[in-house]
Amino acid sequence: MFQIEFDSSDDKVVGIDLGTTNSLIAYMDLSRPAIIPGEDGDKLVPSIVSLSESGEIIVGNPARQELIDHPDRTIYSVKRLMGRGVADVQDELKLFPFRIADDSDSVIRVRLGERTFTPPEISAFVLRQLKKNAEAALGQPVSKAVITVPAYFSDAQRQATRDAGRIAGLDVLRLVNEPTAAALAYGLDKRKEGVIAVYDLGGGTFDISILRLNDGIFEVLATNGDTHLGGDDIDNLLLRIALEDLQSEWGEDLSTSGEAVQTLRKGVIAAKEALSFSQTATIAFEWKGKSYAREITRELFEGLIRNIVDRTLGPCRNCMQDAAVTPEQIDEVVMVGGSTRIPLVRSAVEVLFRARPHTELNPDEVVALGAAVQAGILAGTVENQLLLDVTPLSLGIEIYGGIASKIIHRNSTIPASASEIFTTGIDGQTNVLIHVVQGEREMVKDCRSLARFDLKNIAPMPAGFARIEVRFLIDANGILNVTARDGRTGKEQSMDVKPTYGLTDEQLEAAIQESIDHAEDDLKNVQVAQARVDADAILHATEKAKRSEAYTDLDPQEKVALEDAIRQLQTAYQIDDHHLIREKLDLLNEATHHLAENMMNSAVSSALKGTKV
Amino acid sequence: MSRDYFEFFELPRNLTVDFADLERRFHALSRKWHPDLFARKSQPEREESLEASAILNDAYRTLRDPVKRALYLLKLEGFEIGEQGSKDVPPELLEEVFELNMALEELRRGDDSALPQLEDARHRFEGMREELDAELSQKFTAWDAAHTQPTLNEIRALLNRRKYVTNLIAQTNVPNRV
Repeated sequence: MFQIEFDSSDDKVVGIDLGTTNSLIAYMDLSRPAIIPGEDGDKLVPSIVSLSESGEIIVGNPARQELIDHPDRTIYSVKRLMGRGVADVQDELKLFPFRIADDSDSVIRVRLGERTFTPPEISAFVLRQLKKNAEAALGQPVSKAVITVPAYFSDAQRQATRDAGRIAGLDVLRLVNEPTAAALAYGLDKRKEGVIAVYDLGGGTFDISILRLNDGIFEVLATNGDTHLGGDDIDNLLLRIALEDLQSEWGEDLSTSGEAVQTLRKGVIAAKEALSFSQTATIAFEWKGKSYAREITRELFEGLIRNIVDRTLGPCRNCMQDAAVTPEQIDEVVMVGGSTRIPLVRSAVEVLFRARPHTELNPDEVVALGAAVQAGILAGTVENQLLLDVTPLSLGIEIYGGIASKIIHRNSTIPASASEIFTTGIDGQTNVLIHVVQGEREMVKDCRSLARFDLKNIAPMPAGFARIEVRFLIDANGILNVTARDGRTGKEQSMDVKPTYGLTDEQLEAAIQESIDHAEDDLKNVQVAQARVDADAILHATEKAKRSEAYTDLDPQEKVALEDAIRQLQTAYQIDDHHLIREKLDLLNEATHHLAENMMNSAVSSALKGTKV
Repeated sequence: MSRDYFEFFELPRNLTVDFADLERRFHALSRKWHPDLFARKSQPEREESLEASAILNDAYRTLRDPVKRALYLLKLEGFEIGEQGSKDVPPELLEEVFELNMALEELRRGDDSALPQLEDARHRFEGMREELDAELSQKFTAWDAAHTQPTLNEIRALLNRRKYVTNLIAQTNVPNRV
């Protein structure tokens, strides 16, 4: 009678903010989105991954200490490497202690101790931790997710994020842009109509999106941003000052010591955060018995970061222009990302948009909460709200002279498509190569190469006779799908796809396979969590029953047996073995049998007593 | 589901469009077809929704813009609309274009004295485009009334000139960092 109903078919869709600095997971709790904290109670899981010397993967807060103790086995801010090639990240390498393996090619491989991992694999470790946290808290398996990405992420960066999800054993139902997710979280749909600007300055990326709200439809008008601008850059400015100080005060160049830099970075971040609330803060650093302290005034700090804040304003103006709105037409401004706590950022935004920005929701949590709302939309539990997002970058194909001919323009509502007809240039030609790029510049070399599609096995015929219809479709995740058809026969045209950056299908399969080895552990964790949820329910119900009149009617022997069963279940509860928990659960069920009967009888008799015949 | 943008929106092949009505239809069709509403459906249904919403968005982008809308209709009505016409200088603009090129040449040599001239040219070209837009709008009404081919011929000629003038405006906007 104490058995609780458990419906495992009710597969929850979770929302995940896979951030540069921190990651969060959330779900829809009835009608409200809620963040699921980790085992340590912290809602933010630092996006830090470490490989212990015994080969174990450590994620989140425990990995934070590893960053100092074992900087060569630990990585943070890996989001900066997602979907990028070695040549792209040279600037990052000067500022971040990424150890790029020599065998990196179109996909970067990062060294952690003696092993190497791709950025999606590292992100997958973070995702797997979040998944585990959610499964433990919800007491049910979690396999479907919405994951957020910066609005300005390219196709390759989006694919890398989706790959990370798949490696972590998640069915990624949708990639959602972070600023749009934040707009959903704010529940601005209560306002029937209006124009909303979302300013999102996170750890490593900056996004600005302008949306029009109309009766539950969130229509993104334009988006802009910089995928390499964020709080990390502010940390690096302060870090540089401190390192220069140390060079002159101690005569030591500490910039090459990973351990020293990480310890100092911690002090720098603490000072930066304190400056949001007070006029001065101190960068404190202890190193090998020596100590360093540098006072930073807010005035000095604001002078330092002015340039970074200004770099966000250009994209904001361009975004307003693309959206064809003036600052006066913007009704609401929403602030997202930890860096928007900085007073200078807030005042710059207020001046630009001439509106006081919304800061009611925690800027670290708002994206994850919005992801949960989007998860609810996909699951059908959130009704009436619909998000119409756009592609941030124009899609082009290479034509004669290395020119990028735009076929889908930036800020087009997605899904969006374009069809082009290709033919052969010489007699008997059997292949046509299509080079697809993303970006706004005229020349292919200034855009970002996305992939090469090789249309092959074309029937030999005179030049110009072949007619191959290629359809480029950007789906609701902002990811390109290409299909080709022979215009003469109507048959599907075969082709090879060579992504310029990112995992090939084979590499992805291999990574997924490897992760399945971990899946068994994950399943076990879920079963343990489920058993604990059931145990909680029966223990709670038994405690309640013990306070009832029915309990006093039990004979002493029964009471002893009951106490014994409770103790056994409580002991089993501590052990990660769901078989044992279930066994003790059944035992307690058995021991409460008579009590349950008594309660039922007294309920019936008291009901009878209350009835006037 | 139709791939003809007008049919998709259940609109006649008219060139004058009531924007508020078009937007209402767009929102209603989005609520019918958006992939978010098909996440729990079967694979074929999901594919249909992706296909339909791509057409819907492409159609909305095309129909809400008067020039794109007219070019699309010309294509539907069998007109070949390539690059031809836009490269040839319309005779009445020969002198203007010659002067513009001279001014641009001076700028390239670092002579900023041509800047005001460029500014003047831009205003003139923008004025021309406004006139063309007014003329186009009249022809749109004419097409909507009778759907006759000669009107489309006239529209095509006007669109070619408009494109040419738009290119000229873009040239006058050349930033002075040459």
